[in-house]
Amino acid sequence: MTKNKSTKIVMDKDGIDRCLTRIAYEILEKNKGIENLVLVGVRTGGVYLAERLQKKISCIEAGKIPLGILDITLYRDDISASNKKPRLGKTKIPFSLDNKKVVLIDDVLFTGRTIRAAMDALIDFGRPKMIQLAVLIDRGHRELPIRADFVGKNLPSSLWEAVSVNLVEKNGVDEVVIEEGT
Amino acid sequence: MKIILAGARLIDPTKKIDAQMDILLEEGKIAKINSALLKSTKSKDAGKVKVIELTGMIVTPGLIDMHTHLREPGFEYKETVASGCAAAVAGGFTSIACMPNTSPVNDNRSITEFIRRKALEADLANVYPIGAISVNSEGKQLTEFWDLKEAGVVGLSDDGNPVMDAALMRRALEYAYSLGLPVISHCEDKNLSGDGLINEGYYSTILGLNGIPSIAEEAMVARDIIIAEFTNTRVHIAHVSTAGSVRLIRDAKKRGLKITAETAPHYFTLTDEALQGYDTNLKVNPPLRSPQDVTAIKDGLTDGTIDVIACDHAPHGRTDKELEFEYAQNGISGLETSLGLSLNLIREKILSWPELIAKMSANPARILNLPKGALSEGSDADITVIDPHLKWTVDIKAFCSRGKNSPFSRRAMQGKAVMTIVGGEIKYAAPSLKL
Amino acid sequence: MKLEKKDILGMQDLSVDEINLILETAESFLEISTREIKKVPTLRGKTIINLFFEASTRTRTSFEIAGKRLSADTINISSSTSSVVKGETLIDTARNLEAMNPDVIVIRHSAAGAPHLLSSLVKQSIINAGDGAHEHPTQALLDMMTIKEKKGRISGLKIAIAGDIAHSRVARSNIYGLTKMGAEIVVAGPATMLPRNIEQMGVKVFNNLDDAITGADVVMMLRIQLERQKQSVFPSLREYSQHYCLNRHNIKLAKNDVIVMHPGPINRGVEISPDIADDPSCSVILNQVNNGVAVRMALLYLLIGGHE
Repeated sequence: MTKNKSTKIVMDKDGIDRCLTRIAYEILEKNKGIENLVLVGVRTGGVYLAERLQKKISCIEAGKIPLGILDITLYRDDISASNKKPRLGKTKIPFSLDNKKVVLIDDVLFTGRTIRAAMDALIDFGRPKMIQLAVLIDRGHRELPIRADFVGKNLPSSLWEAVSVNLVEKNGVDEVVIEEGT
Repeated sequence: MKIILAGARLIDPTKKIDAQMDILLEEGKIAKINSALLKSTKSKDAGKVKVIELTGMIVTPGLIDMHTHLREPGFEYKETVASGCAAAVAGGFTSIACMPNTSPVNDNRSITEFIRRKALEADLANVYPIGAISVNSEGKQLTEFWDLKEAGVVGLSDDGNPVMDAALMRRALEYAYSLGLPVISHCEDKNLSGDGLINEGYYSTILGLNGIPSIAEEAMVARDIIIAEFTNTRVHIAHVSTAGSVRLIRDAKKRGLKITAETAPHYFTLTDEALQGYDTNLKVNPPLRSPQDVTAIKDGLTDGTIDVIACDHAPHGRTDKELEFEYAQNGISGLETSLGLSLNLIREKILSWPELIAKMSANPARILNLPKGALSEGSDADITVIDPHLKWTVDIKAFCSRGKNSPFSRRAMQGKAVMTIVGGEIKYAAPSLKL
Repeated sequence: MKLEKKDILGMQDLSVDEINLILETAESFLEISTREIKKVPTLRGKTIINLFFEASTRTRTSFEIAGKRLSADTINISSSTSSVVKGETLIDTARNLEAMNPDVIVIRHSAAGAPHLLSSLVKQSIINAGDGAHEHPTQALLDMMTIKEKKGRISGLKIAIAGDIAHSRVARSNIYGLTKMGAEIVVAGPATMLPRNIEQMGVKVFNNLDDAITGADVVMMLRIQLERQKQSVFPSLREYSQHYCLNRHNIKLAKNDVIVMHPGPINRGVEISPDIADDPSCSVILNQVNNGVAVRMALLYLLIGGHE
């Protein structure tokens, strides 16, 4: 990742870790344990966060909760308009979602369109009992009536700014950065 | 009206003339050829003579195309005798010989007479019909050669339908020879060509199109040479496309056999590589061949193995060509591009000017026994004027031919017939020529 | 990354990067066919016309399923007699279809080059589903996907293609695709079934099946297409099957982990013995069918899923 002069780090490695620990506790508290609970990470940023949350939860509570990966490309509402088509990733949900409490995990909550697509996709896989949403960053600017159940950090931002969550797994470093738009 | 063509370079290979000469045309004939004609005439006949200043131009005996398909009767939407003649004079041809594969086939006196009448009505180029060898060109029964000859046929061919029966071909060569009629053989062994569409080779393989092997042509060239030798007759091989055919004809000529041959401009201009993309305008029979074949054709032109360049003008309608490749018909509308493509041979040093002109006038005249192809005082005033430097681009929409099927569309050319005089009358004059 | 192409006419026109993109995308689509609800909304509102001038069950069905799983509307137009016989030319058919404004036209035609003609006439994307003996790019892509799935790679593999190469569009497309991806291709068949200058496509040529399959990682047997041969190119099926049928014995010449492929439908006992065709330890013929849907979904998605 090259950083230009207008890049600002808003959360570091420890910050991210503390947020995830808190979210793990909150998920357990809200759902009263891990029974019927599954995690689904949204490609690509949500997948690594979901894996970390899965580890944290298993440290707190005995037992491993199932983890799925969801690629929402095929459900996007802007696919015909978008010029840069993302490379299609694999979806892996190797368990039934029927009657499960699904915690959907993504890195940044912005317009809400990704989450809308993700919920459509999840419903094509089965009939979950409920869907909850966990995000590391909520930057506002919602275009749909969607709200997160678990938020790492509310980060008010302008529309011209870009918020990215860099993670060791893909970027080699844990940090949340805010960049001014060009 | 007298016409003087003044100041041009006159090329007549039959007389070995290549010099600046003036020509006086009078009553449809060539009255005088002289290097100082203009001066001597000017004083006494001023006002009665039209003087056409042609400095920088080349004047040649009227070009003759001995292999044209006029589609009338039967396929007037492709070409009529009149539209074909208009294309001929626009391409610089004063005389054309038309193949018999009309509908009905020109296998009897009435069709021959019909075509000649249509040509007289059109009053553009001289039209010499070729009669069919066999009834309906079916290769079973000989047509009435004698009657056809009396009706005006100058040669015999089942062009498009090769005579597969060797015994019938033998009879045809013998009978035609006794009448002094040339037989023009479309050489294609139908069993070998089968349902082939393009030259059999790398491109037929990758394009998934059935191949026509070169041996389909060569086997029949060899057969016809053997028959002509055995019967001591003559045969003219149409549209030679392969290196093997050139070799067979060369050997036969060396042995003194009465074999003549022609090729068409596309066979020395294009190869089967051009077929990638399935352009049906490139679909011809025989098919476009390999670069080695093109080289051999050029060698054959240089050393005289190939006597004639003929268009194989095969006009078609859009509905015949805008089809899947295998359903499209064979042929190129060639009268209006033939000279332009052939002039490349001079630039490539394959042929000299006199050699090229001979292959497009004197040689076809000799083979068909036409009193044409030379510029002599007293001969018919059939003359082609060529601007050797004129740069132009092929525009199929501007073709006089009804057949717009040309793979040379939009091709840049250099050199063009700018005036075509038939029987002393100007039948075509290019807009570029300021009269 | 996207496919910068209007049409998929043949493997000859596809680059290595494009092939990789299509195969990777197809791998991601495999999972959809395993779901309870085998459908995603990606191509909702798009129209796909399957224009089949030649009988085909599996390819047409595969395209239809692919379109439907992406929520496109698929319409099948089959014409067992050629359009020429019906008096309607391909051009008329194309113009009529174009006026109905579909997004993709999938065409199969017995005439080589027919998709190219169609492509020059209409603005929509064209996918070649097999044209005469020319190309069948979606078959080659699904074959490549199957090889990659089973072998983990294509580069460096020895792949034998045996049978009637001359009449096979599958062979041509696979030769183009597999050689581009770095495989070593050998072809085998009687001389009458090997088209002229085939070696210029970058393949080794054998007349003997045993020589061709020795040491092969993949053996691809072609269907003897009796309907395509106007002139008999071999004396009898009996003689052919005695020398060119893949069976228990000759397959031992190939590598131990050889996989056996066939574009189907199989003439059992002619080009491939039934016990080999049905042996799950080497035959991947049904994987090919499964991958076919994914490859076609990927192409539809890449062609019309993401621009305009």
